[in-house]
Amino acid sequence: MEQLVYKKPDSIKEDFKISFCPGCDHGNAVKLVAEVLDELGVREKTIGIASVGCSVFSYDFFNVDIVEAPHGRSMAVATGVKRSKPDKIVFTYQGDGDLASIGIGETIHAMTRGEKVTAICINNTTYGMTGGQAGPTTLIGQVTTTTTKGRKAELSGYPLKISEIFKEIDGTAYVARVTLDSPAAIMNAKKCIKKAFEAQIKGIGTGFVEILATCPTNWKMTPQEAHARVRGEMSEVFKPGVYKDKVSEAK
Amino acid sequence: MGRIVLNRDKCKACYLCVDACPKKVLEEDKTVNKLGYYPVRVNNQEECIGCAMCARVCPDIAIEKVYR
Repeated sequence: MEQLVYKKPDSIKEDFKISFCPGCDHGNAVKLVAEVLDELGVREKTIGIASVGCSVFSYDFFNVDIVEAPHGRSMAVATGVKRSKPDKIVFTYQGDGDLASIGIGETIHAMTRGEKVTAICINNTTYGMTGGQAGPTTLIGQVTTTTTKGRKAELSGYPLKISEIFKEIDGTAYVARVTLDSPAAIMNAKKCIKKAFEAQIKGIGTGFVEILATCPTNWKMTPQEAHARVRGEMSEVFKPGVYKDKVSEAK
Repeated sequence: MGRIVLNRDKCKACYLCVDACPKKVLEEDKTVNKLGYYPVRVNNQEECIGCAMCARVCPDIAIEKVYR
Protein backbone atom coordinates (compact mmCIF):
# COMPACT_ATOMS: atom_id res chain seq x y z
CA MET A 1 0.00 0.00 0.00
CA GLU A 2 1.41 3.35 -1.04
CA GLN A 3 1.91 5.93 1.68
CA LEU A 4 2.16 9.67 1.10
CA VAL A 5 5.52 10.83 2.54
CA TYR A 6 5.69 14.33 1.09
CA LYS A 7 3.25 16.79 -0.43
CA LYS A 8 3.12 20.45 -1.35
CA PRO A 9 2.38 22.46 1.85
CA ASP A 10 -1.21 23.72 2.22
CA SER A 11 0.15 27.17 3.06
CA ILE A 12 1.30 27.47 -0.56
CA LYS A 13 -1.48 28.52 -2.93
CA GLU A 14 -2.98 25.91 -5.26
CA ASP A 15 -2.32 27.97 -8.41
CA PHE A 16 1.14 29.13 -7.29
CA LYS A 17 3.80 30.19 -9.76
CA ILE A 18 7.31 30.42 -8.30
CA SER A 19 8.77 33.46 -10.05
CA PHE A 20 12.37 33.11 -8.83
CA CYS A 21 15.34 32.29 -11.07
CA PRO A 22 16.26 28.61 -11.59
CA GLY A 23 18.07 27.15 -8.57
CA CYS A 24 17.38 30.13 -6.29
CA ASP A 25 17.13 29.20 -2.59
CA HIS A 26 14.23 31.63 -2.16
CA GLY A 27 11.85 28.88 -3.31
CA ASN A 28 13.04 26.53 -0.60
CA ALA A 29 12.82 29.26 2.05
CA VAL A 30 9.19 29.97 1.07
CA LYS A 31 8.45 26.25 1.16
CA LEU A 32 9.97 25.81 4.64
CA VAL A 33 8.00 28.72 6.11
CA ALA A 34 4.82 27.25 4.56
CA GLU A 35 5.60 23.79 5.99
CA VAL A 36 6.16 25.27 9.45
CA LEU A 37 2.84 27.18 9.28
CA ASP A 38 1.15 23.88 8.33
CA GLU A 39 2.78 21.95 11.16
CA LEU A 40 1.96 24.56 13.79
CA GLY A 41 -1.61 24.70 12.46
CA VAL A 42 -1.69 28.51 12.41
CA ARG A 43 -2.30 29.16 8.73
CA GLU A 44 -5.82 30.52 9.29
CA LYS A 45 -4.63 33.21 11.72
CA THR A 46 -1.33 34.17 10.13
CA ILE A 47 -0.57 37.55 8.56
CA GLY A 48 2.62 37.84 6.53
CA ILE A 49 4.48 41.05 5.82
CA ALA A 50 6.21 41.13 2.44
CA SER A 51 9.06 43.48 1.67
CA VAL A 52 10.67 44.99 -1.40
CA GLY A 53 13.12 42.85 -3.35
CA CYS A 54 12.75 39.34 -4.73
CA SER A 55 10.64 38.57 -1.64
CA VAL A 56 8.00 41.04 -2.88
CA PHE A 57 6.12 38.21 -4.61
CA SER A 58 5.27 36.50 -1.29
CA TYR A 59 1.58 37.20 -1.96
CA ASP A 60 1.83 35.03 -5.06
CA PHE A 61 2.79 31.89 -3.11
CA PHE A 62 1.69 32.10 0.54
CA ASN A 63 -1.90 31.02 1.17
CA VAL A 64 -2.16 33.56 4.02
CA ASP A 65 -3.04 37.25 4.19
CA ILE A 66 -0.08 39.41 3.16
CA VAL A 67 0.58 43.10 3.77
CA GLU A 68 3.02 44.72 1.37
CA ALA A 69 5.33 47.07 3.29
CA PRO A 70 7.39 49.94 1.84
CA HIS A 71 11.10 49.26 1.36
CA GLY A 72 12.68 48.26 4.66
CA ARG A 73 9.60 48.97 6.78
CA SER A 74 8.39 45.38 7.25
CA MET A 75 9.21 45.19 10.96
CA ALA A 76 7.47 48.54 11.57
CA VAL A 77 4.36 47.31 9.71
CA ALA A 78 4.58 43.98 11.58
CA THR A 79 4.62 45.90 14.88
CA GLY A 80 1.42 47.69 13.92
CA VAL A 81 -0.34 44.54 12.76
CA LYS A 82 0.66 42.53 15.83
CA ARG A 83 -0.30 45.28 18.30
CA SER A 84 -3.70 45.83 16.73
CA LYS A 85 -4.37 42.08 16.38
CA PRO A 86 -2.38 40.37 19.17
CA ASP A 87 -4.01 36.97 18.59
CA LYS A 88 -2.63 36.74 15.04
CA ILE A 89 0.68 35.16 14.07
CA VAL A 90 2.75 37.78 12.24
CA PHE A 91 5.89 37.11 10.24
CA THR A 92 8.04 39.17 7.90
CA TYR A 93 9.81 37.74 4.87
CA GLN A 94 12.66 40.00 3.78
CA GLY A 95 15.91 40.02 1.89
CA ASP A 96 19.18 41.36 3.25
CA GLY A 97 18.97 44.48 1.09
CA ASP A 98 15.67 45.24 2.78
CA LEU A 99 16.23 44.17 6.39
CA ALA A 100 19.96 44.83 6.79
CA SER A 101 20.30 47.99 4.73
CA ILE A 102 17.40 50.44 4.57
CA GLY A 103 15.41 48.62 7.25
CA ILE A 104 18.12 47.99 9.87
CA GLY A 105 16.81 50.87 12.03
CA GLU A 106 13.22 49.68 12.41
CA THR A 107 14.38 46.07 12.67
CA ILE A 108 16.69 46.79 15.60
CA HIS A 109 14.08 48.94 17.34
CA ALA A 110 11.28 46.42 16.82
CA MET A 111 13.54 43.76 18.33
CA THR A 112 14.56 46.08 21.18
CA ARG A 113 10.87 46.51 21.98
CA GLY A 114 10.62 42.71 21.93
CA GLU A 115 7.75 42.66 19.45
CA LYS A 116 6.15 39.20 19.32
CA VAL A 117 6.75 38.69 15.62
CA THR A 118 8.97 36.43 13.52
CA ALA A 119 11.45 37.79 10.98
CA ILE A 120 12.88 35.66 8.19
CA CYS A 121 15.83 37.23 6.34
CA ILE A 122 17.25 35.84 3.11
CA ASN A 123 20.93 36.78 2.96
CA ASN A 124 22.37 36.36 -0.55
CA THR A 125 25.12 39.04 -0.26
CA THR A 126 23.67 41.11 -3.10
CA TYR A 127 20.64 43.05 -4.32
CA GLY A 128 19.13 40.28 -6.43
CA MET A 129 16.08 41.87 -8.00
CA THR A 130 17.72 45.11 -9.18
CA GLY A 131 20.58 43.36 -10.96
CA GLY A 132 23.26 42.37 -8.47
CA GLN A 133 24.51 45.57 -6.83
CA ALA A 134 26.65 45.47 -3.69
CA GLY A 135 24.60 45.28 -0.50
CA PRO A 136 25.46 45.59 3.19
CA THR A 137 26.30 41.89 3.37
CA THR A 138 28.50 41.76 0.24
CA LEU A 139 31.73 39.94 1.10
CA ILE A 140 35.16 41.59 0.90
CA GLY A 141 36.51 40.96 -2.60
CA GLN A 142 33.12 40.03 -4.08
CA VAL A 143 32.57 41.34 -7.60
CA THR A 144 29.16 42.95 -8.15
CA THR A 145 27.86 45.48 -10.68
CA THR A 146 28.76 48.35 -8.32
CA THR A 147 32.05 46.86 -7.03
CA THR A 148 33.51 45.79 -10.35
CA LYS A 149 37.00 45.18 -8.92
CA GLY A 150 35.70 43.50 -5.77
CA ARG A 151 34.45 45.09 -2.54
CA LYS A 152 37.21 46.93 -0.71
CA ALA A 153 36.95 47.46 3.05
CA GLU A 154 38.64 50.89 2.98
CA LEU A 155 36.11 52.18 0.44
CA SER A 156 32.83 50.51 1.35
CA GLY A 157 33.39 48.92 4.75
CA TYR A 158 32.83 45.39 5.96
CA PRO A 159 29.91 42.94 5.55
CA LEU A 160 27.22 43.41 8.19
CA LYS A 161 26.77 40.35 10.45
CA ILE A 162 23.15 40.81 11.41
CA SER A 163 22.68 37.65 13.51
CA GLU A 164 25.63 38.62 15.72
CA ILE A 165 24.09 42.07 16.23
CA PHE A 166 20.56 40.81 16.93
CA LYS A 167 21.64 38.22 19.52
CA GLU A 168 22.85 41.08 21.75
CA ILE A 169 19.40 42.72 21.72
CA ASP A 170 17.45 41.85 24.89
CA GLY A 171 14.09 41.65 23.09
CA THR A 172 15.02 38.76 20.81
CA ALA A 173 14.07 35.25 21.91
CA TYR A 174 15.56 33.23 19.08
CA VAL A 175 18.36 34.09 16.65
CA ALA A 176 19.81 31.55 14.22
CA ARG A 177 21.68 31.50 10.94
CA VAL A 178 21.06 28.55 8.61
CA THR A 179 21.94 27.40 5.10
CA LEU A 180 19.91 25.53 2.46
CA ASP A 181 22.75 23.84 0.56
CA SER A 182 21.86 20.17 1.25
CA PRO A 183 18.83 18.10 2.33
CA ALA A 184 20.28 17.88 5.87
CA ALA A 185 20.78 21.65 6.02
CA ILE A 186 17.21 22.19 4.79
CA MET A 187 15.82 19.96 7.57
CA ASN A 188 17.89 21.88 10.13
CA ALA A 189 16.67 25.19 8.71
CA LYS A 190 13.08 24.03 9.11
CA LYS A 191 13.67 23.26 12.80
CA CYS A 192 15.13 26.73 13.33
CA ILE A 193 12.24 28.47 11.55
CA LYS A 194 9.80 26.48 13.69
CA LYS A 195 11.57 27.64 16.87
CA ALA A 196 11.42 31.25 15.64
CA PHE A 197 7.64 30.93 15.30
CA GLU A 198 7.37 29.21 18.71
CA ALA A 199 9.17 32.21 20.24
CA GLN A 200 6.28 34.36 19.01
CA ILE A 201 3.50 31.90 19.90
CA LYS A 202 4.81 31.50 23.47
CA GLY A 203 5.15 35.28 23.77
CA ILE A 204 8.85 35.25 24.69
CA GLY A 205 10.04 37.80 22.15
CA THR A 206 11.13 38.28 18.57
CA GLY A 207 12.18 35.23 16.57
CA PHE A 208 14.75 35.75 13.86
CA VAL A 209 16.25 33.39 11.29
CA GLU A 210 18.88 34.48 8.78
CA ILE A 211 19.02 32.15 5.77
CA LEU A 212 22.24 32.06 3.74
CA ALA A 213 20.81 31.75 0.24
CA THR A 214 22.17 31.60 -3.26
CA CYS A 215 21.70 34.04 -6.14
CA PRO A 216 22.95 31.99 -9.12
CA THR A 217 21.94 34.64 -11.66
CA ASN A 218 23.83 37.56 -10.14
CA TRP A 219 26.74 35.47 -8.86
CA LYS A 220 26.99 34.14 -12.43
CA MET A 221 27.26 30.54 -11.22
CA THR A 222 25.34 27.31 -11.64
CA PRO A 223 23.06 26.42 -8.70
CA GLN A 224 25.58 23.73 -7.74
CA GLU A 225 28.55 26.17 -7.74
CA ALA A 226 26.45 28.68 -5.81
CA HIS A 227 25.79 26.11 -3.07
CA ALA A 228 29.52 25.39 -2.93
CA ARG A 229 30.09 29.13 -2.38
CA VAL A 230 27.57 29.14 0.48
CA ARG A 231 29.38 26.19 2.08
CA GLY A 232 32.78 27.78 1.49
CA GLU A 233 33.49 31.50 1.59
CA MET A 234 30.06 32.61 2.80
CA SER A 235 29.97 30.23 5.78
CA GLU A 236 33.48 31.37 6.76
CA VAL A 237 32.32 34.98 7.20
CA PHE A 238 28.71 34.30 8.21
CA LYS A 239 29.04 31.35 10.57
CA PRO A 240 25.86 29.21 10.63
CA GLY A 241 24.46 28.21 14.00
CA VAL A 242 22.00 29.03 16.74
CA TYR A 243 23.08 32.29 18.37
CA LYS A 244 20.34 32.68 20.95
CA ASP A 245 17.66 30.27 22.11
CA LYS A 246 15.32 31.40 24.89
CA VAL A 247 12.63 29.06 23.50
CA SER A 248 14.32 25.85 24.67
CA GLU A 249 15.25 27.48 28.00
CA ALA A 250 11.61 28.40 28.61
CA LYS A 251 10.45 24.77 28.34
CA MET B 1 9.51 1.17 -3.89
CA GLY B 2 8.59 4.83 -4.23
CA ARG B 3 6.94 7.12 -6.69
CA ILE B 4 7.07 10.88 -7.29
CA VAL B 5 4.45 13.16 -8.85
CA LEU B 6 6.39 15.57 -11.03
CA ASN B 7 4.86 18.66 -12.63
CA ARG B 8 7.24 19.05 -15.55
CA ASP B 9 5.87 22.47 -16.53
CA LYS B 10 6.96 23.95 -13.18
CA CYS B 11 10.55 22.64 -13.42
CA LYS B 12 13.20 25.29 -14.16
CA ALA B 13 16.06 22.87 -14.81
CA CYS B 14 18.35 23.65 -11.85
CA TYR B 15 18.97 19.88 -11.48
CA LEU B 16 19.47 20.14 -7.70
CA CYS B 17 17.20 17.08 -7.41
CA VAL B 18 19.43 15.10 -9.78
CA ASP B 19 22.36 15.70 -7.40
CA ALA B 20 20.29 15.03 -4.28
CA CYS B 21 18.82 11.68 -5.41
CA PRO B 22 20.81 8.86 -3.76
CA LYS B 23 19.68 6.31 -6.38
CA LYS B 24 20.16 8.50 -9.48
CA VAL B 25 16.55 8.06 -10.54
CA LEU B 26 16.17 11.48 -12.15
CA GLU B 27 17.81 12.74 -15.32
CA GLU B 28 17.59 15.61 -17.80
CA ASP B 29 14.72 15.41 -20.29
CA LYS B 30 15.39 15.84 -24.01
CA THR B 31 12.27 17.90 -24.75
CA VAL B 32 11.46 21.39 -23.47
CA ASN B 33 8.53 22.24 -21.19
CA LYS B 34 6.12 25.21 -21.30
CA LEU B 35 8.68 27.49 -19.65
CA GLY B 36 11.32 26.62 -22.26
CA TYR B 37 13.60 24.61 -19.95
CA TYR B 38 14.77 21.02 -20.25
CA PRO B 39 13.05 19.63 -17.14
CA VAL B 40 13.96 16.50 -15.20
CA ARG B 41 12.33 13.17 -15.92
CA VAL B 42 12.12 9.88 -14.04
CA ASN B 43 14.57 7.52 -15.68
CA ASN B 44 14.44 4.28 -13.71
CA GLN B 45 11.25 4.24 -11.66
CA GLU B 46 11.92 0.86 -10.03
CA GLU B 47 15.04 2.24 -8.27
CA CYS B 48 13.09 4.99 -6.44
CA ILE B 49 12.97 4.44 -2.66
CA GLY B 50 10.61 7.35 -1.90
CA CYS B 51 13.07 9.22 0.35
CA ALA B 52 11.69 12.60 -0.83
CA MET B 53 15.18 14.16 -1.00
CA CYS B 54 14.34 15.49 -4.48
CA ALA B 55 11.17 17.15 -3.22
CA ARG B 56 13.04 18.67 -0.27
CA VAL B 57 15.64 20.40 -2.45
CA CYS B 58 13.30 21.43 -5.28
CA PRO B 59 13.02 25.25 -5.07
CA ASP B 60 10.11 25.40 -7.52
CA ILE B 61 7.87 22.79 -5.83
CA ALA B 62 7.75 20.94 -9.16
CA ILE B 63 7.85 17.63 -7.27
CA GLU B 64 4.43 17.93 -5.68
CA LYS B 65 3.96 14.55 -4.04
CA VAL B 66 6.14 11.61 -3.02
CA TYR B 67 4.74 8.15 -2.20
CA ARG B 68 6.51 5.22 -0.57
